[in-house]
Amino acid sequence: MKQNLFLGVEAIGQAAIDGGISGVYAYPGTPSTEITEFIQNSDKATEKGIRSKWSANEKTAYEAALGMSYAGKRSMVCMKHVGLNVAADAFMNSAITGINGGLVVTVADDPSMHSSQNEQDSRYYGKFAMIPVLEPSNQQEAYDMVYHGFQLSEDLGVPVMVRITTRLAHSRSGVVRSEEQPQNQLVLPADPSQFILLPSSARKRYQSLLSKQGEFEKAAEESNYNKLNIGSDKSLGIIACGIAFNYLIENFPDESCPYTVLKLSQYPVSNALVLEMQKHCEEVLVMEEGYPVVEELVKGIFSKKIKVSGRLSGALPRSGELNADLVALALGHEEKQGPSVPDLVVNRPPALCQGCGHQDMYKALNEAVDKYSKGRVFSDIGCYTLGALPPYKSIYSCVDMGASVTMAKGAADAGLIPSLAVIGDSTFTHSGITGLLDAVNDNSNIVVVISDNESVSMTGGQESSALGKIEAICAGVGVLPEHIRTLIPMKKYHDMMVKTFEEEIAYEGVSVIVFRRECIQAAARRLRKEKKMKENPKKMAQ
Amino acid sequence: MKTDIILAGVGGQGILSIASILGDAALHENLFLKQAETHGMSQRGGAVVSHLRISDKAIASDLIPLGSADLILSVEPMEALRYLPYLSPTGYVVTNTTPVLNIPNYPELEAVLAEITKQAQHVAIDADEIAGEIGNKRASNMVMLGAAAPFVHIHADKIEAGISRIFAKKGEAVVDLNIKAFRAGLQFALDNR
Ligand SMILES: Cc1ncc(C[n+]2csc(CCOP(=O)(O)OP(=O)(O)O)c2C)c(N)n1
Ligand code: SF4
Repeated sequence: MKQNLFLGVEAIGQAAIDGGISGVYAYPGTPSTEITEFIQNSDKATEKGIRSKWSANEKTAYEAALGMSYAGKRSMVCMKHVGLNVAADAFMNSAITGINGGLVVTVADDPSMHSSQNEQDSRYYGKFAMIPVLEPSNQQEAYDMVYHGFQLSEDLGVPVMVRITTRLAHSRSGVVRSEEQPQNQLVLPADPSQFILLPSSARKRYQSLLSKQGEFEKAAEESNYNKLNIGSDKSLGIIACGIAFNYLIENFPDESCPYTVLKLSQYPVSNALVLEMQKHCEEVLVMEEGYPVVEELVKGIFSKKIKVSGRLSGALPRSGELNADLVALALGHEEKQGPSVPDLVVNRPPALCQGCGHQDMYKALNEAVDKYSKGRVFSDIGCYTLGALPPYKSIYSCVDMGASVTMAKGAADAGLIPSLAVIGDSTFTHSGITGLLDAVNDNSNIVVVISDNESVSMTGGQESSALGKIEAICAGVGVLPEHIRTLIPMKKYHDMMVKTFEEEIAYEGVSVIVFRRECIQAAARRLRKEKKMKENPKKMAQ
Repeated sequence: MKTDIILAGVGGQGILSIASILGDAALHENLFLKQAETHGMSQRGGAVVSHLRISDKAIASDLIPLGSADLILSVEPMEALRYLPYLSPTGYVVTNTTPVLNIPNYPELEAVLAEITKQAQHVAIDADEIAGEIGNKRASNMVMLGAAAPFVHIHADKIEAGISRIFAKKGEAVVDLNIKAFRAGLQFALDNR
């Protein structure tokens, strides 16, 4: 069988194509971005007419995917863990409406916060919405779970979540593909009221979701992804969730694990499997990537005599990514370590690229606000967040996408004048527009800086939904045209930039200053692509 | 047989091209492979690392356990030191000696190189200079791959075949340059191990 060397994210993209989706909907977010990019770049997906353009945010992506499911077709929606917070309203309620065409929700968590604000565990969301969650232990399982996930979703009548973490997403390994499935026909739900969540029908739908819980648990009990392996040594039992299973096996090569092991990769947790496990061990160690979801839960299933340990008990660290070394320690294995890191080694933090327009914006901003006390610039999430670090040290917040505008508004309402917001173009259309509308309606005294590099750069330069629309949007929500200023962030315009800041800070109302210059990485990519197209015009048609 | 390789460098140096060639060669040898990469935030001039595991048996963990890397292959000298805890007692450190000076507090280069030569088994090579002599500094990654080849359980010819396949799209001249760079690195390692 042909092995394809796939990153976890690529395996998922391929599985969705092979599994018969008609569309993928997503907003970029590490470590989920490359799933959608894989589909966008796939000739096969183009040939099959699979739609894959980026959405403005995770909520719009989720709802569109649900609409495609309503129309009977299979769809996938992808996001990073915090993206599910944005899509949560749609997500929770889609568990109540259920689906028509199979819907797979792929969520990529980022334990250790390699590139995120937190390390929330999406399995909680799965439990919250009461839908099945699949958690692959390796790239092949990631492929299989997504490939079969659409059928599972159609069989059970609800969206199915596939939860991955950074390590699996960004690690490559051999993957064997399954046969391509045709796309579904357009067919509307048999019950026309299925998606109308008025209280009367919502109550019925909710009862239906509740009544399916046994079925979901049975599916988990019988799932090939969950395996109970009875060991000879009764002193310990191990529950290994998702990728933690690999870290366990790393510590017991060649099937040498003497303990009973429950490999857990499909939720809800099956009581039957846990109770069966109980017969074969005196103590249980739970290994899971993320929050102690399973550790907490199984305490209520096991008899009180069984001591349960894991991240909560301190057997494993409470936070951060797992690895084979941490698992080894929890198992009491001897610690291996090479030479220690010499003291002279220093950190090498990421920084804004040389020549990046955000730099010029921050230089002007710093000069303009220097005469006021510090702590007046709220910011957001993107490359420009690096303006928090030296040499700029310009910004004082980075909370969630869009929060710069609204926090600046709240602080201005409290009397912090001047109060400024720095937001990127993509973040602005993701979640900044509604906040700007609030500020306009309240005539808040704020200056909103939109640092527009015409690209979603932090996540690798995806196409921005804001492209060519920012001034029109700002005017549309009611910012006065004379207070929508557009400048090019370059050294030679520094004085003009500072002066514009001063003028708009002096204005008592909502101002927007757009700094527009293409991200230099995006520009380089664009030039490379243009060169390629010139050399190979045939490809250009695609 | 297994080779566990820590590939280290700085975002933008292109360590993943080394990984993809080794990966391609391993797959052609019907070996098992896992390769964990750094994406996202740290690509912007930060430290990047890739864990590359090649074996004739199925591989469990995507990450190499501490104290068990057979090779630390670094395209930047300070970055080689950052991952020493992963090095096995019999492992090799193969590093480029040209630093990437994108931070204000980079330590004295001599002190960095002294820490490298302290390691029992090491190859320190100025890959940028060698690549420059061959005709293109950008081939320095292939010099590094060549320098690491003696410590990977895949025959150098097979790695060369991987280079040819990976660069094939870019034309013969690029393939030849990269193979030349690879051979120069290989020769250096054989002479200086
Ligand atoms: C809800 C949510 N979705 C996605 C992300 C991932 N993310 C962080 S920054 C960013 C892009 C920001 O783009 P832009 O605002 O244009 O700034 P740039 O990086 O281009 O400077 C994305 C998608 C996130 N942190 N939170
Ligand atoms: S990727 Fe683009 S936006 Fe980000 S720091 Fe580099 S030049 Fe600036």
